[in-house]
Amino acid sequence: MLRSLLFLPGNNPNMLINAGTLGADAVIFDLEDAVSPDEKDAARILVRNTMKYMNLEACEVIVRINSVDTSFWMEDINALLPYKPLVFLLPKTNCKDDVLKVCGYLSECEKKLEAEEGTAFVMPLIETAQGVENAFDIASCSKRIKALFLGAEDLTADLGSKRTKDGREIEYARSRLVVAARAAGVDVFDTPFTDVNDDEGILDDALLAKNLGFSGKASISPRHVSAINRVFSPSSEEIEYAYEVMMAIKEAKEQGKGAIALRGKMIDAPIVQRAEKTIAMAKALGIRGDENE
Amino acid sequence: MNKLVTTIKEAVELSGLKNGMTVSFHHHLRNGDYVLNMVMEEIARLGIKDLTVNASSLFDVHLPLIEHIKNGVVTNVSADYISGGLGRHFSCGVMENPVSFRTHGGRPSDIISGKTPIDVAFIAAPSCDPMGNCSGKYGKSACGSLGYAMVDAMHAKKVVVITDNLVKYPLADWSISETNVDYVVSVEEIGDPKGIVSGTTKITRDPVGLVMASMAAKTIEASGLLKDGFSFQTGAGGASLAAAKFLKEIMLEKNIRGSFGLGGITGYMVDMLNAGCFEKLLDVQCFDLSAVESIKNNPNHMEISAQHYASPTAKSAVVDSLDVVILGATEIDTDFNVNVHTDSNGYIMGGSGGHSDTAAGAKLSMIIAPMFRARLPIITDRVNCISTPGKDIDVLVTQGGIAVNPKNSELKERLVLSGLPVISIEELKEKTERITGKPEKIKKGDRVVAEVVGRNGEILDEIYSVC
Amino acid sequence: MDIIKSATAGTMESSDAYVEIEPGNGKNEISVESVVWMQFGEKIRTAVEEVLNELEVENAKVRVVDRGALECVIRARVETAVLRGKGEK
Repeated sequence: MLRSLLFLPGNNPNMLINAGTLGADAVIFDLEDAVSPDEKDAARILVRNTMKYMNLEACEVIVRINSVDTSFWMEDINALLPYKPLVFLLPKTNCKDDVLKVCGYLSECEKKLEAEEGTAFVMPLIETAQGVENAFDIASCSKRIKALFLGAEDLTADLGSKRTKDGREIEYARSRLVVAARAAGVDVFDTPFTDVNDDEGILDDALLAKNLGFSGKASISPRHVSAINRVFSPSSEEIEYAYEVMMAIKEAKEQGKGAIALRGKMIDAPIVQRAEKTIAMAKALGIRGDENE
Repeated sequence: MNKLVTTIKEAVELSGLKNGMTVSFHHHLRNGDYVLNMVMEEIARLGIKDLTVNASSLFDVHLPLIEHIKNGVVTNVSADYISGGLGRHFSCGVMENPVSFRTHGGRPSDIISGKTPIDVAFIAAPSCDPMGNCSGKYGKSACGSLGYAMVDAMHAKKVVVITDNLVKYPLADWSISETNVDYVVSVEEIGDPKGIVSGTTKITRDPVGLVMASMAAKTIEASGLLKDGFSFQTGAGGASLAAAKFLKEIMLEKNIRGSFGLGGITGYMVDMLNAGCFEKLLDVQCFDLSAVESIKNNPNHMEISAQHYASPTAKSAVVDSLDVVILGATEIDTDFNVNVHTDSNGYIMGGSGGHSDTAAGAKLSMIIAPMFRARLPIITDRVNCISTPGKDIDVLVTQGGIAVNPKNSELKERLVLSGLPVISIEELKEKTERITGKPEKIKKGDRVVAEVVGRNGEILDEIYSVC
Repeated sequence: MDIIKSATAGTMESSDAYVEIEPGNGKNEISVESVVWMQFGEKIRTAVEEVLNELEVENAKVRVVDRGALECVIRARVETAVLRGKGEK
């Protein structure tokens, strides 16, 4: 399960070699914005070697390749596909054709590598006005798509709006992406909170994203990882309530009751689903739940 | 009675210093200290030879000492800590006799017992009156506590105070009283304020350091010691300070009121005092301006002598009442022995300071260190130098896991129950070497250049030459 | 693979390595400076040789200034320098 996704600059050995110990559920090795054009080759080889030689079992690995309007992206895929990143993050995805272009190339490469077709996954990074408007189209255009990812810095530049801490300017984009991703049945990840020194702000921003329906949130600073993990993990109250719901359902079934209430509220199917999800998350995270399971 | 003399030369002459005697210095002015160099220069000019320098610590600012060693003015050195630039010379064998390393508690113990008597103590005082009442809290060179100098002042045969802020008699708030002082010298400057205390001590921004610090705080929380009455010491290293910050957050969240913070004191400990995490700070040395301000103004921030801090032969010392200490290491071995004296190439670049005293005293002694620095693993089969014996270390916190000394099985159980990533030190060593590769052993030189005296007087280890 | 021009890769930052490569005088010549020379000098040299062999470089002068880099980093920097020094296709 991915709560926190941490960007690490692709040409910085000191950051890459510590990738597995920074507490993030996934690291994003960045070959795009964090790497200058004349170092693209060096970063690609460095990231490849990191994936090849380092034990990164403690976290998932995502690679942000260069966008399809550059001359780098195919080489990025050639170099890294054999080391099976969890997904390729596709920057500046404007429309489904951008995604399909990459997916087509992945199929070719899989054939060459004699790998099973369709086993490499992608995550479109939506960071343009066009991308937001095409979000559902993009999210549903291929089985390789695991999730959508919102990039607010480029997006606000494209919109001509000012990027602010409370994020009003991206309210629409956030909601639109959550709806599009959920409609397509994929996950959706929120943009990083960029003030690395604001320990309170990250909590508020992550909580807002969680409440909007995001699956997790990206970060450009290791300092924000623990806050993100905390916000996107079920709280002990949530876990306790989830177990109460399951108990109540079980009792109701045993007593042959149809509808039941808990804490003065009717328990219906969505509440049960949510409780099941919470318990599954708590188990996956190794958080101890209620003892009465 | 007139104790005021006009020059250091005069004070040295009056003190009766002769060939073969011992002079002492303290290190509150740290890398900003001018006094040791000024005094040694006058001593050398007077043609006095074959001296023992007993300093609580030596820093790179004291590099002129090397010339005095080469010229035979100084033939023995005893210190609790020697920084890297100076240490390199000792490692290369500049001095025939080995350096004698002690701990911050062992040094006063040996001075008081007469094992290492001091003939003349030179005390750098940021404020002093003409009769010798002096303090570190006031003046342009303010350094806060004078804890390491107190024992020297009380037990040396002669005591010379050197100040750059001579005030009218009496200086009311003294740390060292006139009853111990023979001569007072007023000079232009005793140190460079920039080297004495840092403006602010900053916590690390290094992401790995923060991961370790967070694990360290959680380890303390899980240890069962973090409750009302809790006492704590931490070093001024980046990760240790960050651990203090995380600990503060936990203490405030759980409304835990500790009893005291100990040690070299930084602004972070002052913040913890002011936030109500502790009732008192016990301070043998101030590290930054915020600590200096606090010890001057806050009656709950108290100065203590090195003896009171850590002496193993005092009837009791504060370290005996300490719950938790966070310490650093350049190396630690699979028996939990810690090296803080030499770097990975064998050069002297540190010393025990209060490391082994606090480790011996505290209920929980924690080492915090990254799995590797550059490419060098922190865990070895055997450390190049035993600074603190493994029996006094309870736990090692790294970003790759927490290794508990098998002697403390209760702690291990508690950490496991709290879901912390506990791993055996052997496994952690292997895990690290899978990343770094296994390093070749460094070759030791053929001369002993320093001996490490444990806090109880035992020889813990010998340090060999490098060049 | 022929090295036809001089090239560099990497940086002098801690945990990185800086590599210079240029056409050789008939065989490979490797020089290594390292902050961990005593502990890892031989391993570093071997790693550099292996990368050159894998890339079939037989005539190059390679100078490595290691700042405590892990082996996978040193290998990456050497490979980058080689690919930059082989010239246009």
